[in-house]
Amino acid sequence: MEETRVLLRNKDVANMVDVAVSMEHGGYVGLRNALLMDGAQVIETLRDSGLRGRGGAGFPTWMKIKFAYDAGGTSKVVVCNADEGEPGTSKDRILLSTDPHSIFEGMAIVGKAIGAGRGFIYLRAEYSYLFPILENALDSARKSGILGKNILGSDFSFDIEMRSGAGAYVCGEETALFESIEGKRGEPRTRPPYPGTYGLFGLPTVLNNVETLANIGPIFANGVDWFRSIGSENSPGTKLFTVTGNVHRRGVFEFPMGTNLKDIIYEVCGGIAGGKELLAVQTGGASGAIIRPSQIDIPLDIDHVASSGGRLGCGTIFVIDDSNCVLDIVKNTLEFFTNESCGKCIPCREGGVQLLKLIKKISEGRGSVIDIDTMMDLSNTMRETALCGLGHSTPVPVLTSIANFRDSYDRHLDKDPCSKCSPERGLK
Amino acid sequence: MHQSQYSFTTSPSALVQVAEIASRYKGRQDKLMDVIIAVQKIVPSLAEDVAAVIAREMGLSQNHVYSFVTFYEYLSVQPRGKYMIRMCSSAPCHVRGAKDVMDTITEMLGIKIGETTPDNRFTVETCPCLGICDISPAIMINDKVYGDLDPERARELIKKYIREDI
Repeated sequence: MEETRVLLRNKDVANMVDVAVSMEHGGYVGLRNALLMDGAQVIETLRDSGLRGRGGAGFPTWMKIKFAYDAGGTSKVVVCNADEGEPGTSKDRILLSTDPHSIFEGMAIVGKAIGAGRGFIYLRAEYSYLFPILENALDSARKSGILGKNILGSDFSFDIEMRSGAGAYVCGEETALFESIEGKRGEPRTRPPYPGTYGLFGLPTVLNNVETLANIGPIFANGVDWFRSIGSENSPGTKLFTVTGNVHRRGVFEFPMGTNLKDIIYEVCGGIAGGKELLAVQTGGASGAIIRPSQIDIPLDIDHVASSGGRLGCGTIFVIDDSNCVLDIVKNTLEFFTNESCGKCIPCREGGVQLLKLIKKISEGRGSVIDIDTMMDLSNTMRETALCGLGHSTPVPVLTSIANFRDSYDRHLDKDPCSKCSPERGLK
Repeated sequence: MHQSQYSFTTSPSALVQVAEIASRYKGRQDKLMDVIIAVQKIVPSLAEDVAAVIAREMGLSQNHVYSFVTFYEYLSVQPRGKYMIRMCSSAPCHVRGAKDVMDTITEMLGIKIGETTPDNRFTVETCPCLGICDISPAIMINDKVYGDLDPERARELIKKYIREDI
């Protein structure tokens, strides 16, 4: 199965940091077109393209931009969320390191749409080795008049600043990211107000994921019809899928939205490594649904996966073989979420801790049926009352694993923990 | 609380450097991250006297500076070793044998996760996904990435660092 390389078209080109090389390979053609439009036209184009956010929420990109466009005030901001922290995801790292100009181009076009003069790229600390690449690319763009005052001779001025994260997954959440840039703890804000009216520094802000931004230049270079010809009706375009876990071939692959999950696992990634069998798949990262092998024959686009009870999210596909235990995986995700919880709201701060205690109790063979009911109850409460996506997502692996792998839970309830969960007592 | 039992005196010359860095951004709370990251490179730890200088020069409260530092995993009140070893414990590394790699590393250095070696050269922590899952199990030592590890490769890697042969 051959990839459809749009965003990764320049992956193997040397020296893409140099703006001249980027332009030789189509860089900034989209921006040139966008500079001839007014804000409303840019937004209309994005609306017609059907581009939806690639960071996880799948929100229509044009709508986010329209909120900021409609907001009052003359000082507006564009932010690139390069805090890629969802476990199992490396697509944004690939884009940032192999085609940084595509990101700047997307940001500039969004800036043009809302009349923003400033952009910020919030880069996670774990990718600090990418800072030199990005700073060099920014310098290169400025020297060629692509960033700074009067871009390419137009009356639009726009420049981009780098900002660093410091190891907090929650700062991938929009408003927590703003708090972090503002020199505070990365705690999400209550909404409303939404970032479109009150965002970074209290200004109307559009925040987009790296991959979302990378799509914008090509849309303005090649047109709406071209973009809509790829992917599916509800999710046009391509998607970068990061495949990890117990497969032969791991990595980031670009395919049209709607490509079948089973095909990606078996045809692209060579199926399960080491002579084992498939146990489970988790799509969307640590916050994704854990599904059975019988459930993997689905098209990977935003609406299809959502209607099957899961979440495409950032396009992470985590493959788990049968040398593992689903409860052990759930425990791992709960350890992750409790460590990363910012602590601001009780549902997440306490709920996560209690879920972790319960999964440990059950997996070590000390649990009862009531504990499973409690986990479901807690999970549903968290989903409805947590302040941000972290708290809403923590219960997803819990609820889906209980629904899809009840036999695993029951086995551990029968005082028969597996060797993965209880090495000393394991009977597996 | 752990941190209140800890005190550290920073050398006056280091404090002067801290003041120099922080004074560039008076009234610029949004520059606190950049300041802390720069300062962390030149002081042994973000101790009280360091925080006091940053607070004074930037026009922030010391409380705010600590509130900020203690939130983020990459910022540390306590001193860290010359080599900060971060071992990914997220599920994609976990299912590819991360635990055995972690056990090898901690055993070789003779410390537990979260500790620093007595010679102050190595600090070992687990961390969440580093975004390099195609080479899991993976670790980072300061800014460098090391992947496709198993106990044998991990042993060879740590040996090189112990010998300062990087």
